[in-house]
Amino acid sequence: MTVARAASSRRSFLGHSYNLVGVVASLVILAWTLVAIFAPYIIPHPIGDIVDDDYFGPMRQGLWLGSDYLGRDMLSRVLMGARYTVGISLAAVSIACFSGVVLGMIAAVTGGWFDTCLSRFLDAMNSIPSKLFGLVVVAAVGSSIPVLILTLAVIYIPGAYRFARALAVNINTMDFMTVARVRGESTIYLIGSEILPNIIRPVLADFGLRFVFIVLLLSGLSFLGLGLQPPLADWGALVRENIGGLPFAAPAVIVPSLAIASLTISVNLLIDNLPQKIRDRDA
Amino acid sequence: MTNLVEVRNLRIEATTDAGRLVEIIKGVSLDIADGEIVALIGESGSGKTTVALSLMGHARPGCRITGGEINVDGKNMAALTERERARLRGTDIAYVPQSAAAAFNPSSTIMEQVIEVTRIHGLMPPEQARKRAVELFRALSLPDPEGIGARYPHQVSGGQLQRLAAAMALIGDPKLVIFDEPTTALDVTTQIDVLKAFKSVMKAGGIAGVYVSHDLAVVAQIADRIVVLKGGEVQETGTTAEILSAAQHPYTRELLAAFEPKSRQIRADEDSRPKSLLRIDNLVAGYGPVKRDGQPVIRAVDSVSLVVEKGRNLGVIGESGCGKSTLARAIAGIHPAATGEIVFDGKALERAARKRTRDQLREMQIVFQYADTALNPAKPVEDIISRPLAFYHGLDRQARSKRVDELLDMVRLPRSLRYRHPSELSGGQKQRVNFARALAADPKLIICDEITSALDTVVASAVIELLKELQRELELSYIFISHDLSVVEAICDEIMVMYNGERVEQITPDKVKAPTHPYSKLLFSSVPKLDPTWLDGLVRDPELVRQYGHR
Repeated sequence: MTVARAASSRRSFLGHSYNLVGVVASLVILAWTLVAIFAPYIIPHPIGDIVDDDYFGPMRQGLWLGSDYLGRDMLSRVLMGARYTVGISLAAVSIACFSGVVLGMIAAVTGGWFDTCLSRFLDAMNSIPSKLFGLVVVAAVGSSIPVLILTLAVIYIPGAYRFARALAVNINTMDFMTVARVRGESTIYLIGSEILPNIIRPVLADFGLRFVFIVLLLSGLSFLGLGLQPPLADWGALVRENIGGLPFAAPAVIVPSLAIASLTISVNLLIDNLPQKIRDRDA
Repeated sequence: MTNLVEVRNLRIEATTDAGRLVEIIKGVSLDIADGEIVALIGESGSGKTTVALSLMGHARPGCRITGGEINVDGKNMAALTERERARLRGTDIAYVPQSAAAAFNPSSTIMEQVIEVTRIHGLMPPEQARKRAVELFRALSLPDPEGIGARYPHQVSGGQLQRLAAAMALIGDPKLVIFDEPTTALDVTTQIDVLKAFKSVMKAGGIAGVYVSHDLAVVAQIADRIVVLKGGEVQETGTTAEILSAAQHPYTRELLAAFEPKSRQIRADEDSRPKSLLRIDNLVAGYGPVKRDGQPVIRAVDSVSLVVEKGRNLGVIGESGCGKSTLARAIAGIHPAATGEIVFDGKALERAARKRTRDQLREMQIVFQYADTALNPAKPVEDIISRPLAFYHGLDRQARSKRVDELLDMVRLPRSLRYRHPSELSGGQKQRVNFARALAADPKLIICDEITSALDTVVASAVIELLKELQRELELSYIFISHDLSVVEAICDEIMVMYNGERVEQITPDKVKAPTHPYSKLLFSSVPKLDPTWLDGLVRDPELVRQYGHR
């Protein structure tokens, strides 16, 4: 057998092949994750302190990203904002995807009345506009971090459910599912051991996409003043409170926008360029 | 240039996902004269389809023609641009795919799709193209040649669709037609009509053909010459008669040997009264809403009774749609029967698998046709085989691992295969893993649903030999469901013929030559023989064909 190595833009590592875009995207995500974890230890100034004489100050030594509409240090506020944006979104997307995927797989395996009722109920949930739903909930019970997480999770459960169910229904018709059923396996085994390994890649991709949606929705809610309440601020809230700096081209309004963009675009690019396992064993 | 097609030293490379180049066609040369039909034969992975596609200058995604010449009618297909090739496709060279059902667009009429070639190449006005299509329909002996074009693909049978695909290929008056396993998916009774139609049209038009197949008996009927491929190289070339009577290459001999009648195992221990393992009385299973009398609207299995004795095998044979798979599913409880008794090992079984005890489920295993879908692609072989061990026998990790080795030995697979995923195995290996999983349960009865149908002839006969050996060692019984008489004949003690959901006849293999029921006669006489004159000499009772054939 003739063996030669073809020139390729992908490189391989630990039996997986990567490409450059995927690596850069994951580095950006990693950086924001580290910032989210260690923000309280690396911020130069407390987020509530007014450190500048002027408002919407420019970038300069000591105030690397300028100051906001009250003269607070923008760098500190963006770093701390990462904590809320990434943390709340991650918690919400984890709850949404876990519940959605588990329910979706159970519905696909069980079928019948359970499937019909659950699907119709979640379709009804899906028909409520997400911002309106958030508005009503926040108006009813007030805004706090747990309420935000749960609201965002509930908004995105129906989508995750539909996605997982559609994938699982296809797997459910395979003969190995019939074999497992005739063996007498329980539903838990069927969904965990037979279906999940076959749908995990698209489910993870969906997880990433939904994370992006949640970051954007959270930023949107905060922009409307329904998200985190001052003096805490996530990136969406930072954009809103500094919107007055737009005519002055203040970094205070541009930087949080760039932060949102860099995180969401990176997650999207990573999903499109996930490392692929190499199945060619002779290589 | 004397021949229509001259392929010289063709090389095709494929790129693996690690970026490694693998040569899949290693210097193939072949000639096809005007009006000659050449068969490419070989096991799956031998490169026969790749060679056939290269005649159109096409290489599948990831593959590349890297060397050699493909001269078709004086033009080197390998050197032409894609635009030039496209102009030749449909007019000089045409292609008939394996699965016509997948090749037709379900949302437009057959006529529109058949004459599409003439429209793309601007060959003739639509009116004339329609007339030409009707002529072709008639030449291919399709029923209602005037009206069939107005139908949609799902409104005609599989055999008809395959002939319509041939009409689509022939309408541009090609010099060369490539047939890619066109009858593999068809029943034997239908296959004959399709083969006859192909043969007469090709002879009448003096069209050259390439016929890709792994079925030597089918090829013997239609081809003038045979090219045997293995591992991307030509093993042997010769006229059909030469190959069939005086094959030189060991692989060709192996192919031929798979057709010889297999020695039947002789039972020395003829028990005076064999004990019945499974008894089924008046089983009815079907689909659709249940009527007031508890019967389904569509009866796929209609009052079937059968008995399987311990250590004996029952073959169930019939064409697709005769209810044989539904019968298997009803017995296994996957598709619960509407009415009827199932007595297994002296005890009455519940109709639905869900209500049966774990031991009852364990003792009756079912093995499916397509190992591709019957094995979970996300799990290594080891996990697949050891699950029944943990589930039924509660073995711990070490005991399971030891037993997996034993089971792999039993089905003659190397132990190192346990770490592989199903996608890394060949068709025959997958089917063996599929079978090993059934064996892991320690069953008394294994229901084999067309388990050799998706395999090549040589691989299938090896699997059958394996089943026989295991039966001797483990005292198993099989219910063997197939549409292939030679397979059933080789392994079964009794053969049940099904037609339209009913049992029409039950005979023993030694009496296969003399069936009594008219449908059995038609079915048994439709199995292709290696003799090249068989198809031309075949005379079928037109009354029988009218009654039972699906034309």
